[in-house]
Amino acid sequence: MQTAITHPGASHAHAHSHAHDHHEPGFLSKYIFSTDHKMIGIQYGLTSLLFLFFGFLLMLAMRQQLANPGQPIPLVGGLLLKVFGEDLAKDGKMAADLYNSFGAMHGTIMVFLAIVPLAFGAFGNYVTPLQIGAPDMAFPRLNMASYHLFFWGGVVMLASFFIPGGAAKSGWTSYSPLATVADLNNLIDGQTLWLLGMVLLISSSLLGAVNFIATIIQLRAKGMTWMRLPFFVWAQFVTGFLLLLAFPPLEAAGILQLSDNVLGTSFFLPTGLVYNGAVMDISGGGSPLLWQHLFWFLAHPEVYVLILPAMGIVAEIIANNTRKPLWGYRSMVYAVLAIGFLAFIVWAHHMYMTGMGTKIATFFQTTTMMISVPSVIILSALFISLWGGSIRFNTPMLFALAFLPMFGIGGLTGLPLGLNASDIYLHDSYYVIGHFHYVVAPGTIFGLFAGVYFWYPKITGRFMSEFWGKVHWFFSLIAMNLIFAPMFIQGIRGMSRRMYDGGATYFAAGVGADPGILWLNKFITHAALLLALAQVPFIINFFWSIRNGRKVDSDNPWQATTLDWQTPTPPPHGNFDKEPIVYRGPYEYSVPGAKTDFTPQGQPN
Amino acid sequence: MEIPYTVKPRPDTGLYNAKVGIWLFLASEVMLFGAFFSAYILLRVQAPEGFWPDVANGWPHGLLNIPIGTFNTAVLITSSVTVVMAWIALKQNDFARFRRFMAVTIACALGFLAIKTFEYKEKFGHYVIELTNGTRVTGHLDVNGHSPLFWTLKDVQAAKIEELKVLVDIPNKFRFPVGHTIPEEIHKAHAAGEHHKDQEFKVSDIASVKAFIPSTHPFFAIYFTMTFLHGLHVLGGAIVLFYFGFIGSGMWKTDPERFTNRIEVGGLFWHFVDLVWIFLFPVVYLL
Repeated sequence: MQTAITHPGASHAHAHSHAHDHHEPGFLSKYIFSTDHKMIGIQYGLTSLLFLFFGFLLMLAMRQQLANPGQPIPLVGGLLLKVFGEDLAKDGKMAADLYNSFGAMHGTIMVFLAIVPLAFGAFGNYVTPLQIGAPDMAFPRLNMASYHLFFWGGVVMLASFFIPGGAAKSGWTSYSPLATVADLNNLIDGQTLWLLGMVLLISSSLLGAVNFIATIIQLRAKGMTWMRLPFFVWAQFVTGFLLLLAFPPLEAAGILQLSDNVLGTSFFLPTGLVYNGAVMDISGGGSPLLWQHLFWFLAHPEVYVLILPAMGIVAEIIANNTRKPLWGYRSMVYAVLAIGFLAFIVWAHHMYMTGMGTKIATFFQTTTMMISVPSVIILSALFISLWGGSIRFNTPMLFALAFLPMFGIGGLTGLPLGLNASDIYLHDSYYVIGHFHYVVAPGTIFGLFAGVYFWYPKITGRFMSEFWGKVHWFFSLIAMNLIFAPMFIQGIRGMSRRMYDGGATYFAAGVGADPGILWLNKFITHAALLLALAQVPFIINFFWSIRNGRKVDSDNPWQATTLDWQTPTPPPHGNFDKEPIVYRGPYEYSVPGAKTDFTPQGQPN
Repeated sequence: MEIPYTVKPRPDTGLYNAKVGIWLFLASEVMLFGAFFSAYILLRVQAPEGFWPDVANGWPHGLLNIPIGTFNTAVLITSSVTVVMAWIALKQNDFARFRRFMAVTIACALGFLAIKTFEYKEKFGHYVIELTNGTRVTGHLDVNGHSPLFWTLKDVQAAKIEELKVLVDIPNKFRFPVGHTIPEEIHKAHAAGEHHKDQEFKVSDIASVKAFIPSTHPFFAIYFTMTFLHGLHVLGGAIVLFYFGFIGSGMWKTDPERFTNRIEVGGLFWHFVDLVWIFLFPVVYLL
């Protein structure tokens, strides 16, 4: 990692011009204010992995509360009391408000501070310019600004835990009027900081999206036509458009809600709103539904922002490790474009419960069913790509293979939620949690793990340990399924998603006996602990291999075809020793008559 | 390797990088303001009846100063023309003329903001007063010849006023009076063609005094939010154009083509800011 910037092209000095790296950059400009897309990608990667870990810790604490409601949280109970005080963590027990704020922040952190920056910010930044044969992003300084806005957005989010009243506690969806009345006593409350943090994060992703799209349009190397782009680049391209066009409405909504919280306006507050037994002193006349529309107009495309880059990574790894071209590359490209378009007209399927009327519901059910078609095309193409390949079962490939059925389960369990009749029953239950976590956790995160193992040798010049990688993969896969599969059962049996005691009082008070699902709370919590243990080898492996991993024997250790592997290792500032020229499509593996079983894109013939 | 197409257009797209970037950015800006306009529509169509005095559909109408708004529209359109003239001057290698047109552009931007500030101030001193019997009137307060800003009933009480003097607005012909919420004498004054009518209200009869600020009604909330954000765009654009045209204009000597591109890109943003106002003006002032 260090040599990447300090000695550009050291291993290929003969071919590299030293004209523009005559001065040694200082620590700040090398690591903090870097404009090099690779360093920014690494910054994004490390920061978002930390947030991923932190979001996971929040969830572990919540799972303890669900498994043993009202008991002190083991190990960290004392810490919770110290940080959050008597109101929220008396005797180390998790109060309802603390559970709610952990839940809201778990969702926010995982989506906006962990997965998106890892998938789009880290992999997108590091790999996209390499794969299209560009020396850097089109706007390097915007790129730096994008990371810094992201970082400060994260700082604001974390800071919100420590203000009176604690962090935002109205769910990651922050529905009004709940989000406005949740903390009326404090002038600057968790929700206000949440909104400020979101404005920073949205501005960051806006700059990132502009940069990515402009880079892919403008900086493709000579011969890199659109249909020669690796699928990963296509996925990033569509993701960029989703972020560019879907996020601004949430920024607008955030500004309006901020105004509701701070200036006392009533954008989302209806006339006659009663709080604590009294009609609130507000003008009223606002619409809670307006927030939901603006929120989901972002948040549904956001789902595809989470999944498309992972699909891109998986496609690269599958082509590389089956040693044959992707089956139906063109169909996959058209499918990903179709997803990008349809993603904008499905948002209200999150709002069937708002009584939208059958005609509108029919429209959104139709588009929702339609968007499953291109998703299935991509997944099927990836499955069929396996057929007849001489598969190399290395760690990245194992994660990529695990992605396929996991995402399949996540996607298929989404269909009942996309249909009005079944959604009204399943809405806001653990079924929903199980569904989208199958998509994002063993789906997207496995895709991202695959990417980490796959590009690690390019970034550091060393492999991560194969054995511990496989251990990581095996136990993660088992644990993920033990966690999320039981949630479908809990949800179908009627367990609501937001109950801070896991439904114990609910079932005891009104609905009668426990319908045989409360024991699953304990079961899931144990599985979550197993998942935590399974990450230990990854964390150690990740850091240990930087210095001690097996060295790569060439610049192209996976014998891959795409341009990212035609660079020196690690790529110097400017990436390529000489301007790359592209002669062929991205996945020319096992071409009959070729000397090797892979023909790189930059190889003339 | 250096980053290509920073100045020269890429042959197959015909665009240099920054031009692609600014168009993408403007696309996202369209979505941002589109969301605000959507919010405006939704809030307006669902405003309950009687939500605002002397209009039928609950949505304030005719409270903004149309002549001033029209003038401001003209100011902004002028600046859009001059920014293009500035760019043309660069293309014709006439830096002095470029400077003059840039100066006019920035002066227009500042003029627009100054007028907008004046309009804001006017609203902060305009009130809706609700009496305990449910009657509501709008107008300006007259406290010893002053027209105070941001007052509430508490400020009135704190000033130890017993009879509050109000210059009550008389609804003009564009509004649709709903008889039972308006005092009879106002109707008479309207018939006589007056614009204001002095009236005194016993403070003990007043239920609330609210200035025309965002928390008073969703109309003001969305009006101030949209125009304020638009104003921020004007300010941001003016700062960037000022930097390009004056502080950072040394680039004209070192890299004239790139400098001209900068002005073009800045101008594109400026046109967008103008265009937003072209939609904003009829929507909040006229409709």
